[in-house]
Amino acid sequence: MPEDITAELESEELVPPAEPKAAHQPLDKAIESQADLSAEINAIGEAYQRALKDGGLPETQPRLDYPPYRSSILRHPTKSLQHADPETIELFSPAFGHQDVHALESDLTIQHNGEPLGERIIVSGKVLDGDGRPVAGQLVEIWQANSSGRYIHKRDQHPAPIDPNFTGIGRCITGPDGSYRFTTIKPGAYPWKNHLNAWRPAHIHFSLFGTEFTQRIITQMYFPGDQLFPLDPIYQTIVDQDARDRLVATYDHTLTEPEWALGYNWDIVLTGPKRTWTENEALGAEGDEE
Amino acid sequence: MSTKLVPTPGQTVGPFYGYALPFEKDNELLAPGSPGSIRLQGTVYDGAGHTIPDAILEIWQPDAGGNVVQRTGSLVRDGYTFTGWGRGAVGNSGVFTFTTVNPGPTKPGAAPFISVALFARGLTNRLFTRIYLPEDTEALANDPLLSSLDPERRETLIARRDPDGGLTWDIRLQGEGETVFLDFQ
Repeated sequence: MPEDITAELESEELVPPAEPKAAHQPLDKAIESQADLSAEINAIGEAYQRALKDGGLPETQPRLDYPPYRSSILRHPTKSLQHADPETIELFSPAFGHQDVHALESDLTIQHNGEPLGERIIVSGKVLDGDGRPVAGQLVEIWQANSSGRYIHKRDQHPAPIDPNFTGIGRCITGPDGSYRFTTIKPGAYPWKNHLNAWRPAHIHFSLFGTEFTQRIITQMYFPGDQLFPLDPIYQTIVDQDARDRLVATYDHTLTEPEWALGYNWDIVLTGPKRTWTENEALGAEGDEE
Repeated sequence: MSTKLVPTPGQTVGPFYGYALPFEKDNELLAPGSPGSIRLQGTVYDGAGHTIPDAILEIWQPDAGGNVVQRTGSLVRDGYTFTGWGRGAVGNSGVFTFTTVNPGPTKPGAAPFISVALFARGLTNRLFTRIYLPEDTEALANDPLLSSLDPERRETLIARRDPDGGLTWDIRLQGEGETVFLDFQ
């Protein structure tokens, strides 16, 4: 099989090209159902609960080996991660500043001539390290689907409308107190091809840097009360409920702006740090404040 | 401060980062062809030995003199400032390419390496690893991480030197020749 066709078939998160709705009626009886997937998800969850009761430690990160997320099956290391003490370069982080990111990039609703459709929201919080110190002057990047659950990405073929006034990319540099703030549109849920009738809960992708490269993470922020949480093999790659909850924003009326936008708060905690801090850093490096 | 906070979990980068994370000259830490620049390239494979068309890597490294550079300007490169950090998505054939310099040793006798963070659809959390330069065999033999590994696994972290002076280093996520990935906690 030619390589590019193989790649296409393996890209099971890509939904088919937009076609009349009739073409999307499921015909393949052999395809796995949500009930099949939920049974797998629940079995893993119950085994984890038993391990906890037997004195196991709570897991705080997603499992790399989580078969219900089918694309992970051939893409997780089978050997344990090798413990390493971070050395030199790993104890520092790349620097970003206002040369890199324009202040307007944090507003995803003003990137085009018109107003995007959907529910305007503010997402704001702080980036902290494991000691509770603010991560100041650092890059935060986000990307997301539009209000109808469609990404601008050329490989997203979900037959939901593209919004000509919404791209769904934002960036900002954290303030001296580690704070970030984005104005955007609440993203929609969207279908994917993990199994029949698979839908991702609404989410915003977040990319974060710390003061050390070992703190680098990419994750997803979710919205409170989403009914798709128990059904989603990606959210459920994190088997611990407390850990999963750390990805869910809180509705915050103090962030809501009158007659303008609803506010959500979400703080992010990075690992570490491992480096011995200088006094200036401990007081809060501020990046380049132009 | 004594209170330790529990870190926020990571999640997969998913399939749709392609319009968000890449940026102009993201994989050019130096302008191609500029003095001292080399090509760093490789291919990302899954557990079936197939190339992965939807992975994205970041590299972070000292300059040729072994200095940790902490300069802004990676996202809007001016063509002159070496920031030490770059980002490169693989193409349809799973190949990534960076233009960079050979990192220098950060202290006398240390084995020079490039730090790597790997993200991919189907990979539930980022993975860290290292790319060591192949030349200084004594430094490699004394390296704390490399000397803690079996010889076969150790080889997965050492790049090959290309005839044009560049480096080739492949990533195997699973199975035979599985790349060593790191846990710093």
